[in-house]
Amino acid sequence: MNADTLIPLIFGRLTLEALPLHEPILVVTMIVVLLGGVALLGALTYFKLWGYLWKEWFTTVDHKKIGIMYMILGLIMFVRGFADAIMMRLQQAMAFGGSEGYLNAHHYDQVFTAHGVIMIFFVAMPMVTGIMNYVVPLQIGARDVSFPFLNNFSFWMTTAGAIIVMASLFVGEFARTGWLAYPPLSGIGYSPGVGVDYYIWALQIAGVGTTLSGINLIATIVKMRAPGMGMMKMPIFTWTSLCTNVLIVASFPVLTAVLALLTLDRYVGTNFFTNDFGGNPMMYVNLIWIWGHPEVYILILPLFGVFSEVASTFSGKKLFGYTSMVYATVVITILSYLVWLHHFFTMGSGASVNSFFGITTMIISIPTGAKIFNWLFTMYRGRIRFELPMMWLVAFMLTFVIGGLTGVLLAVPPADFVLHNSLFLVAHFHNVIIGGVLFGLFAAINFWWPKAFGFRLNKFWGLVSFWCWVPGFWLAFAPLYVLGLMGVTRRMRVFDDPSLQIWFVIAAIGAGVIALGIAAMFIQFAVSIINRDKLRDITGDPWGGRTLEWATSSPPPAYNFASTPVIHDSDAWWDMKKKGYQRPLSGYRAIHMPSNTGTGVIISGLCLVMGLALIWYIWWLAALTFVGVLAVSIVHTFNYKRDYYIPEDEVRETEEARTRALAGTEA
Amino acid sequence: MRRLRLLLLVPMVALLSACNLVVLKPAGDVAQQQGDLLMISTLLMLIIIVPVMALTVFFAWKYRASNKDAEYQPDWDHSTHLEVVIWAAPLLIIICLGALTWAGTHLLDPYRPIDRIKPGQAVDESVEPLQVNVVALDWKWLFIYPQYGVATVNELAAPVDRPIRFHITSSSVMNSFYIPALAGQIYAMPGMETKLHAVINRPGEYEGFSANYSGDGFSHMRFAFHGMDQAGFDGWIAGVRQGGQALDRDRYLELEKPSEKVPAMRFSTVDGGLWDAILNMCVEPGKMCMGEMMEIDRKGGLTMASVRNTMPLVYDKYAGRGKNAAIFGSDDSYVMTICTPLQAEAAAADRIRRAELEATSAPVSLAPLSGLGLAQGVPMASLSINKQSTGPVSTDVRSAPNA
Repeated sequence: MNADTLIPLIFGRLTLEALPLHEPILVVTMIVVLLGGVALLGALTYFKLWGYLWKEWFTTVDHKKIGIMYMILGLIMFVRGFADAIMMRLQQAMAFGGSEGYLNAHHYDQVFTAHGVIMIFFVAMPMVTGIMNYVVPLQIGARDVSFPFLNNFSFWMTTAGAIIVMASLFVGEFARTGWLAYPPLSGIGYSPGVGVDYYIWALQIAGVGTTLSGINLIATIVKMRAPGMGMMKMPIFTWTSLCTNVLIVASFPVLTAVLALLTLDRYVGTNFFTNDFGGNPMMYVNLIWIWGHPEVYILILPLFGVFSEVASTFSGKKLFGYTSMVYATVVITILSYLVWLHHFFTMGSGASVNSFFGITTMIISIPTGAKIFNWLFTMYRGRIRFELPMMWLVAFMLTFVIGGLTGVLLAVPPADFVLHNSLFLVAHFHNVIIGGVLFGLFAAINFWWPKAFGFRLNKFWGLVSFWCWVPGFWLAFAPLYVLGLMGVTRRMRVFDDPSLQIWFVIAAIGAGVIALGIAAMFIQFAVSIINRDKLRDITGDPWGGRTLEWATSSPPPAYNFASTPVIHDSDAWWDMKKKGYQRPLSGYRAIHMPSNTGTGVIISGLCLVMGLALIWYIWWLAALTFVGVLAVSIVHTFNYKRDYYIPEDEVRETEEARTRALAGTEA
Repeated sequence: MRRLRLLLLVPMVALLSACNLVVLKPAGDVAQQQGDLLMISTLLMLIIIVPVMALTVFFAWKYRASNKDAEYQPDWDHSTHLEVVIWAAPLLIIICLGALTWAGTHLLDPYRPIDRIKPGQAVDESVEPLQVNVVALDWKWLFIYPQYGVATVNELAAPVDRPIRFHITSSSVMNSFYIPALAGQIYAMPGMETKLHAVINRPGEYEGFSANYSGDGFSHMRFAFHGMDQAGFDGWIAGVRQGGQALDRDRYLELEKPSEKVPAMRFSTVDGGLWDAILNMCVEPGKMCMGEMMEIDRKGGLTMASVRNTMPLVYDKYAGRGKNAAIFGSDDSYVMTICTPLQAEAAAADRIRRAELEATSAPVSLAPLSGLGLAQGVPMASLSINKQSTGPVSTDVRSAPNA
């Protein structure tokens, strides 16, 4: 056996050429990331933080810490995804009149694919999951989620997926197919490189995490509510979370299956989605959208819940139409499965099929409209305090209805024929995803930050961020609506018509304003952390909250509630406050808690290596890590040290410290 | 800040009036109807959107905490009357919009032959629609004019006010055939046929392109679409005929290979069976056509014999994109034809005849806006004749070749 056969056996198709040394942009990025990484690792070592991170964070099974880690993951990936967005905006603003811009097709096509994949799978999904993870158990008065270890494992699987996407930046390439990787383009024939394999394995590994976390939260919501909390007394955010997780559990397996079929096409030469031998790419398009459309609602529903909580809290009023809100959510959940075909009316289905899917899509706007009215009438006869979450709510309402309007337009098949794949479409989904999901996440971050860390966020920098984001959003996307009506379609790298350029320049400026908004948000975090003593909230209830999470301290103790609350109303904490609730000051008991475990990190790490091995055809490593995953999983089942008791004394000390702190604020 | 936003609007409006919103002001009747539908739907929705936005701002302002004069009812959370309005108002709008959608979708179904040239002018049934067979190649467009026996690349022309019937397919990956000034887009998919009916009403040069990302050369996959008067079109056809190049199968296989920024090309003659062969993915000599394969499968297939009936593929469309075989799969291969060349030719001729029959035997009719599919078990040969009576659902499985 000589070197020519040995090296591929060891390294698969990984060679030195996979490093993008000929791409100056990537080389600079790589150097910066490497230096930053070394600095970070060095700092962690210097300050001896490894042990702390491992014990307190990486191995934690506390839903609150996992929620925070999800948010951090989402924010980091958001910076990456936004960098891609800026690159696209610059390219499209430059590439006119024979200019090729600064990105070649090979690079540009990866950028727009990565932007979509990252923003959906590794920004929106982790952040939404993070918020649900943090808030849901607190809102229902639970100690933790149903399966705390699974929760930790889910997080690390999502992270492993994110790492795989990031690795593609520096080793090999990412997919050049668009974010849904339609075959035959994504088949082995037309995309022979590692790009699509990076895409597949990143999504498959992260998908395991998402599905398991969905199961976990459903079980938590169904089984672990505090006594008295019937389904129709659940806080509305918990309701929307329940529906979202039902959607996750029902739709992610479809994604897993369709990607598995694509994997078979690419790895073993089956013909599910090829042109020849009986394959049919249309099947892929149908399947991926049967996952893809519910996914849109997976993202937006929890934020509808956030906005409902924000509307009633800051209007100082009960949510208007709780029951109709719940039904609207459930109706959206069901209908979201009946609309997938509206993503490809132009495939040539019959007029009856197209009308059916067009009309079901429009029907979704009825419950959505009802929700908007409910928020509106929650504000009606309220006492609205314009704190940051409330401002995001108003911005959302004004932005989202426009996105809803353009969405219904796109659901009219003849109109879709002229707008499909156009920049109008791009503007539409950014309108609902930024205007809905992202604004909702900002509202949620500002709303629950005091709960998570015990101090509020700085309002000034929050306002700066807000006033950059909202006009910046319109500056960036209104031109795209116009361009769409001018017949300009998406994913173009260069343009001929010079009269279009001004619009792309405006859009690029808008993206610049958004960048300032993002910077202001990070400054807001930094300033708030530095001034945390001034912004401190001792009460645990800084906003005059209505639901249970505000009943406990900020940040809540590991066990959340020293005594299990009893629920009489959907606004449980508001109800308790009204009835003159007193914290029990005695009768503490030892509390049964789950133990931390490193198994989640280890299995996910092995899956990460397995994914990379499969991408690069390093079969021995893939086999080894696969066996490793099985072995570690089996060994973990023999781990009987899964729980411990927080002793009564510790609970008492924690609670008495809070009693003293509360007395201090009253005095 | 709000005032600043208003100030920003002024140059925006000026810019808007200067630009060419081709989707709303196209030059073809079909696109015009689609654009109109877009406007009507927008206005319909604004009936509810505008009050909601106004109320949002008004409530936010009126019930601000500092306004102590405003009424405050912290426990008011239900009103049956309001709830009814909340659900009924969007419902009513959606009922109107749904009706509009149902009718519009059927009337503007790209598969349905058009019934009017422009508002108030019905199609003259004695005029034969211009047929153009469109093939999306890597990364250029091939247009075959079967009625004239010519073909062009990246250049398309049609006489004004004459219905055009496009048959669309692709050679390798998905694309979308889109001329915003003429009509909405429709996907071009390999091994499948989609259709589009349209008419251009004003002479001029318009832009056409692929609206669905298809790889490296995608951005340059553009062509000029000329709307001409009849004399101009005849002259153009004559000009194409003088070009002298012939488009036969070998030339097509050459043309099909990936290339970017291809200038317009003209072919004075076209192999009569080429379109059928492209659609059935059997341009390469000796390759079994999809139509043949489906016919065999329909009769029960060749069972195990078919496994051995393959040959390694020598040239393939992947050539420009790199290595192609799946790591654990066999090398790329194709199914050999089992007919003699004469039989294959006859089968192709039969397919073409049926396709033509289907295309020409569908008279223009507004009548059957029904959504019923075909009855089960209709014999293949009779499908095309049934077409117009069963409405838009047709036998081409709306995509599979060789209906």
